[in-house]
Amino acid sequence: MTTTERSTDTAVTSAAAMNSALDVAMAADDKIILLGEDIAEPTGGVFKVSKGLSTKYGVERVRSTPIAEQAIVGTAVGLALGGYRAVAEIMFFDFIAVCMDQVVNHAAKFRYMTGGATPTPITVRTVVGSSRFGAQHAQSLEAWFMHTPGINVVMPSSPADAKGLLAACLESEDPCLYIEHISLAYSKKEEVPTGHYSIPLGQANVLRPGRDVTLITYGPQVPVVEQAAEELAAKGIEAEVIDLRTLVPLDFDTVLSSVERTRRAVIVHEATQFCGPGAEISSHIHEELFNELIAPVQRVGSDYSPVPFSSALSGYPTVAKIVHSVEELM
Amino acid sequence: MSEQTLSHTTTTDAGSIPGTDVLEQMYRLMVTTTLADNRSTQEAKAGRLQAAFYPVRGMEAVCAALGAVLTPQDRMVSTYRNLGDALAKGVTLRSIMAELYGRIDGTSKGKGGPMHLHDTAVGFMATTGIVGSGLPIAVGLALANQLDGGGAATVVTFGDAATSIGAYHEAMNFAALWKLPIVFICQNNQWGEHTPIAEYAPSVELAKRASAYSMHAERVDGFDALATLHVIETAVERARRNEGPTFLECVTYRLTGHSGTADFSYVPRDELEAAMQRDPAPTFRTLLIDRGLTTSERIEALDREAEAYVLDAFQFAENSPLPHEDELFSDVFANDTWVRSVK
Ligand SMILES: Cc1ncc(C[n+]2csc(CCOP(=O)(O)OP(=O)(O)O)c2C)c(N)n1
Repeated sequence: MTTTERSTDTAVTSAAAMNSALDVAMAADDKIILLGEDIAEPTGGVFKVSKGLSTKYGVERVRSTPIAEQAIVGTAVGLALGGYRAVAEIMFFDFIAVCMDQVVNHAAKFRYMTGGATPTPITVRTVVGSSRFGAQHAQSLEAWFMHTPGINVVMPSSPADAKGLLAACLESEDPCLYIEHISLAYSKKEEVPTGHYSIPLGQANVLRPGRDVTLITYGPQVPVVEQAAEELAAKGIEAEVIDLRTLVPLDFDTVLSSVERTRRAVIVHEATQFCGPGAEISSHIHEELFNELIAPVQRVGSDYSPVPFSSALSGYPTVAKIVHSVEELM
Repeated sequence: MSEQTLSHTTTTDAGSIPGTDVLEQMYRLMVTTTLADNRSTQEAKAGRLQAAFYPVRGMEAVCAALGAVLTPQDRMVSTYRNLGDALAKGVTLRSIMAELYGRIDGTSKGKGGPMHLHDTAVGFMATTGIVGSGLPIAVGLALANQLDGGGAATVVTFGDAATSIGAYHEAMNFAALWKLPIVFICQNNQWGEHTPIAEYAPSVELAKRASAYSMHAERVDGFDALATLHVIETAVERARRNEGPTFLECVTYRLTGHSGTADFSYVPRDELEAAMQRDPAPTFRTLLIDRGLTTSERIEALDREAEAYVLDAFQFAENSPLPHEDELFSDVFANDTWVRSVK
């Protein structure tokens, strides 16, 4: 972890933290180009992540584009081949289906298909996690990309991580999919280093130590799992909480060394449980630690349905579901 | 083919005929392409080449024109039907053939295959097996060049049927909007796999559709090497001067099946025979000799040179080692440590 300066007293949101990561990187490297719908002033991106950047760096480098996701990501890939570093903003994660070809068949494959000659280190930034627009603006699709060799998958859970991990994506020699969660982008504020600050990809964060069970999660479920850990503590169960931060590369070392001690594990995520990231992590733990485990690894993912609109319906993991799952293990 | 009218003159006017060195270079490229193409098809049919090979027969003149105009500073993005494009850009036939055979000396260490050739040293930047997907990537390369201050052209080649896909339209729009230094070369061989152009396009004059994007668009007889050379040169120079994009529809005909082993009995006999009459390399040979632009002795020497070059490349490819099995895990990411830990 590299920290230059820390902001003294102002706490910022993840949106502001990401803006700072882009600002610092663009100031240092004039090869960084942002592409996306409405990202230049006066809008500064519909989520305001690029606010002020086109004024500072010009509309050549902060390019508002037509509504054309294939061309946004394809142009980013081409810019990478031409020696630039492009950050392509896809307004909602669901829209990635429109440009799946460029992300999966091109960005993720060029290094391999050319025997290492043409890496395409682009960053695709996207947003997930609100059911208030219904099922086409809410899907957690990270498993699609974990299933595709050649692209890093990153999902921060706090403003400081949002900055540090975005900076790492911008510095990475490989394509990165950087997924932001709406519920984290504006609400939580914390102090974030103001200068250059990056967190290496592939290093999970142990947020809370515990001896009885390991709760493995990432992104928007981090605060939910932390709350569940509090409730469990009140019942005398000490849960260790791991925020994976990156899903590819996935820090199995941290996961396994924790579960080796606690001998129990629950994986929690907002993606659909069926064929979700938890299935792979669970399987990995079983293969490595079968004899150590007191009980089978559990998963708490979203129910097998599209994300419903009505607040009366929800398939998301909850504190109660997580607590219940842990209690079943004890 | 016959009912289509070409908006560009198909006859060559003497004033614009290039020097003998350029003409001979073009002829050499056409013959090399034809010979290497025929041989690849033969090898695939005989089962010695386990690759989906996509012949470029019929498009040799367009490739030769590209070869005569482009420098290594210009960049190209091509498709699975890329043999002539790759040669035009200066990729060696040895490295192309080694890649076809999945060998370590191939352009991609045998890990890409015929649909994924590249050689960045000569500006042959990428090839893709997804129809139409090269256009947005070329747009990115052209944008990079524009941001760098311009001076070079980005060329992207694609088939006629690629003009139906969304990526094509998105890329054309970006290029016109941002006035990018790019030349879209549509190699219109009039077939999309098994479907003739008239069955998938309401307007078979693709250049007309392209002009709706407010960019320069032109249609040329792609069997006419000199006419094609002229329009490509003009378009590339426009790009190099940073004066914006051009769409060129080079009308040819697919002289073989879609792939090296595919049946193409569905292609109407009369159309194919008419097109065969205009087979690019022999046509150009006749033109050069009839007009006294070179001698039959020179032509014969160039033929022998091409034969030897092709023979050598195939021999080289067959003798090249297979990639070590460890290559499976390298080049997935910059660092392969994590990849090797994944089960
Ligand atoms: C997106 C996509 N759809 C379908 C295919 C299968 N396919 C490969 S080539 C081809 C025909 C394309 O024709 P055209 O663009 O005219 O190029 P040509 O092959 O004639 O050079 C098809 C359908 C593909 N590779 N990619």
